Amino acid sequence: MSAALEVRNLTTRFDTRRGPVTAVNGVSFSVQPGRIMGLVGESGSGKSVTGFSILGLIDAPGRITDGEVLVDGTDLRSLSPDALRRMRGKHVAMVFQDPMMTLNPVLRVGDQMAMAVRVHDRVSKAAAWDRARKALETVGIPSPAERLKAYPHQLSGGMRQRVAIATALLHGPSVIIADEPTTALDVSIQGQILAEVRRLADETGTAIVWVTHDLAVVSSLADDISVMYAGRIVESGTTEEVLSAPRHPYTHGLIDSVPTRHAPGRELPQIPGSTPQLINLPEGCAFRPRCPRATAACAVQPSKSGETHFALCHHPLTEADR
Amino acid sequence: MSLLRITGVSKRFTSPPGLITRLADRITGQDSSATVHAVSDIDLTVDKGEVLGLVGESGCGKSTLGRLVSGIYAPSDGVIELHGKPVAIQRGSTVFKTTTRVQMIHQDPFASLNPRMRVGETIAEGPRQHGLWTAAEAPRKTRDLIEQVGLEGAYASRLPHQFSGGQRQRIAIARALAMEPDLLVLDEAVASLDVSIQAQVLNLFMDLRKRLDLTAIFISHDLGVVRHVCDRVAIMYLGRVVEMGTAEALYSAPQHPYTQALLASVPTLGTGRGAFHPIAGEIPSPLNPPSGCAFHPRCPHAGPRCRTETPALGDTASGQAACHLHHGGTGRESAA
Amino acid sequence: MGMNHDTLGPDSNTSVTPSAAPLQTRASRLRDFWNDFRQSPAAVISLIIIIALAIVSFGAPWVSPQDPYDMASLDWLDAFLRPGTVGSGGYTHWLGTDNAGRDMLSAIFYGLRTSFMIGLSACALALFAGICVGLTAAYFGGRIESLLMRVVDLQLSMPAILLALVLVAMLGQGVGQIILALVVAQYAYFARTTHGAATVERGKDYIEAARSTPLPARRVLLRHLLPNVLPPLIVVATVQVASAIALEATLSFLGVGLPLTEPSLGSLISNGFKYIHTDRTWLSIYPGVFLMITVVAINLVGDQVRHVLDPRNQR
Ligand SMILES: Nc1ncnc2c1ncn2[C@@H]1O[C@H](COP(=O)(O)OP(=O)(O)OP(=O)(O)O)[C@@H](O)[C@H]1O
Ligand SMILES: Nc1ncnc2c1ncn2[C@@H]1O[C@H](COP(=O)(O)OP(=O)(O)OP(=O)(O)O)[C@@H](O)[C@H]1O
Ligand code: SF4
Ligand SMILES: [Mg+2]
Ligand SMILES: [Mg+2]
Repeated sequence: MSAALEVRNLTTRFDTRRGPVTAVNGVSFSVQPGRIMGLVGESGSGKSVTGFSILGLIDAPGRITDGEVLVDGTDLRSLSPDALRRMRGKHVAMVFQDPMMTLNPVLRVGDQMAMAVRVHDRVSKAAAWDRARKALETVGIPSPAERLKAYPHQLSGGMRQRVAIATALLHGPSVIIADEPTTALDVSIQGQILAEVRRLADETGTAIVWVTHDLAVVSSLADDISVMYAGRIVESGTTEEVLSAPRHPYTHGLIDSVPTRHAPGRELPQIPGSTPQLINLPEGCAFRPRCPRATAACAVQPSKSGETHFALCHHPLTEADR
Repeated sequence: MSLLRITGVSKRFTSPPGLITRLADRITGQDSSATVHAVSDIDLTVDKGEVLGLVGESGCGKSTLGRLVSGIYAPSDGVIELHGKPVAIQRGSTVFKTTTRVQMIHQDPFASLNPRMRVGETIAEGPRQHGLWTAAEAPRKTRDLIEQVGLEGAYASRLPHQFSGGQRQRIAIARALAMEPDLLVLDEAVASLDVSIQAQVLNLFMDLRKRLDLTAIFISHDLGVVRHVCDRVAIMYLGRVVEMGTAEALYSAPQHPYTQALLASVPTLGTGRGAFHPIAGEIPSPLNPPSGCAFHPRCPHAGPRCRTETPALGDTASGQAACHLHHGGTGRESAA
Repeated sequence: MGMNHDTLGPDSNTSVTPSAAPLQTRASRLRDFWNDFRQSPAAVISLIIIIALAIVSFGAPWVSPQDPYDMASLDWLDAFLRPGTVGSGGYTHWLGTDNAGRDMLSAIFYGLRTSFMIGLSACALALFAGICVGLTAAYFGGRIESLLMRVVDLQLSMPAILLALVLVAMLGQGVGQIILALVVAQYAYFARTTHGAATVERGKDYIEAARSTPLPARRVLLRHLLPNVLPPLIVVATVQVASAIALEATLSFLGVGLPLTEPSLGSLISNGFKYIHTDRTWLSIYPGVFLMITVVAINLVGDQVRHVLDPRNQR
């Protein structure tokens, strides 16, 4: 089966006052139809910029400087702005952390969803409303016909996020990029949405990139995990592989510092130092100043070790280290 | 005697309606002011040296309770006493905090430090204003505190924007400790920090707690973190404490259906793919809470009695829970 | 190799010093500000003009060819000389002379000085008054807030010139009186801006932290709230200096402003206006041009400062 989304060597740079910042640095991954890839990383690691870059939504002072983004085999980066706009929404859609980035506060939910339908498909208004209703049904919204008549502010936060996801689903895109859509929601509501998303991927075959900083969320949702650190994917593999046998010292540190893995009250293993500033990254491996395994060799940028489950590290953890 | 005693505390926020509505109310004799029952009828105690966890979903009143304890709000009903004396008094619409012995640490360290004040001054101004430190000893004590929270003493002369999030939270902790509090209130103190930084701050907290014999109320929506650092845990739902017990008992044998559902719904590392047990339904609005037990619309065990009668917090095998199931009933019989 | 993560050791939580964020000094922030500011050539030119005007006006006694208010140096024979004519003093009157034989260039320099001084001092006082009102309202809230801000809003709904006219009519002429009138007419802008910024700031956690320490109200107001509401006020202040100058000129032009013994640009225009229907138009046009340049330049600088300070435009 060919990948629904294939990203090769994607690189995005921002020219800031203090110099160029490479927010996304040679990122490559692929997602098969029906699979969910969790893109995990801390604040500022470049997750959102990766998402925006995939859709070509980078504004000055940012610039995509390199790479290919293949959706169903079409390279989005080679398309004209017009052709790209036609792909967006139809073949690849995005869901944001704040659903109000998608929703217009002064339009009824049904009107804006019908509009989104008619951007790409010439159907009657009634048919468009009908499709909107079906989409709301798929994301588990009770009494969808009534919700269509509501304005966004009349819905709860969780409901709005479902509407945003339903809007993304309208054209049955092959790929959905979801940027922390449940971060602002409550655990109980988050659980409901995660369950729906998992079911959607299984049933519709949509490939989903789920951006989050929460390892626990991806552990139950994602098939594959890519861990980002300072603009690069430093570890990638199936959820099982990455969580139970992490190879990169950073991933290992992250997983190891989760409190539920330790007896209450015990001191937690911690990653020292603070998250890096992209503007002055150390030479070589960006994790070097915080890494317990670092050696002199790490002053040179490491290359991938491993094939399907790989880590960007000179001294990846082995069975014996864990 | 308990260090902190909260007795029958409620806090209501009334948002005054607009001018037109008020006029209409005058004429029709109605009252359209919306009242939020942020916190309702809470009884709690915290003993010296204890860390009490306060858990619940967004809007359940955790922060409001924290602010009441910190003397930022005064209760609408009930009393909050530290060493037997109220922490705040209200005159008119102004609240006066009467103690320096409760200090609060906020969630967002980017908002809780004055961006235009050097952190050394931020730490020292409280103790200086209250005469805990003399001008001469202030610089040394400030440095000591900064070092105690794991930073370099020389950082005292920096401005907050020169620090990362985790470092700022350390400064905020130092500021609270400077007042030599008997009770710390930490409101989601690690929630806005990066994952790799959370463990650092949690370790710092546990270490300080051991060394200084701290008493604290630890507010969080993260069940795993609370389990790790708290001795006792209170679960809140829509302004009320629905279950309370030792951390161990509460996590191993939750009694209230909400606690059970919450524990089951939280994704944790290693629960395995596709293991979702979300709580059905939406969180009700505190403007218009459900009758009876506020959890009944979402509760799998709810019966007629749950819809009409608000259960009180009562003893269970392992702690306390506010649920009809535990007070000699099944919840399914109708109200007496 | 093979170092284990656990070797971080049991005490690492207190000994670890997280690497500091890059140090950004006050000097480097000023440099950034300047780099952003000069992106607009119009603003840079305006700034240069303002500096030049400030030098010639405050240095008027030294740079102007004549002391226009020293009656002894005036000569009736020099009255109404056209711009560029050499007068009895033996030097060129580049902008001509007025009905009393006064060198217009010198009169404008001196007039500009008066205008600047009145504009700056009125603005400084209005800033102070506005801050007091706005901060008090925002900090105490409730009744005090609604009372103060109602008054402010009421005032903002009236044209400032109208208010100033009424006040000057009541107070009479004179420098003190006109400054007072300008302060009363303008403090409301500062009060509104302060109040707006302070209501945003007072909701932030650092104010809550200060209050719950607890720190005395005075300290929270002056050390925490005030420094954080100043930046937007600086922008308003620049613009208000320009409008104070224009307002004063208008009052003086209408003849209710400064007495003729202490002429500002407005009084010069007013004086020259009597001759507007003759061919002696230079008498009112040149002071008018100077007034316009001053006001426009200050406004352009103010706009650019606003633009640079706006976080949405920060790179
Ligand atoms: N408009 C911009 N101008 C300059 N730099 C930018 C801009 N947008 C993003 N960046 C840089 O790109 C980096 C990555 O940002 P991004 O938003 O992708 O992080 P993230 O991983 O999504 O973090 P978060 O979890 O906080 O959302 C940031 O460190 C930031 O410095
Ligand atoms: N100052 C206030 N005025 C009016 N309503 C308020 C105020 N503070 C809190 N509330 C309301 O009281 C309820 C409880 O809020 P609170 O902030 O205590 O919740 P929380 O449990 O801390 O939630 P979160 O997890 O989102 O921080 C909410 O419905 C909130 O809207
Ligand atoms: S390359 Fe070196 S410094 Fe980087 S993670 Fe691997 S061991 Fe650590
Ligand atoms: Mg992001
Ligand atoms: Mg809160």
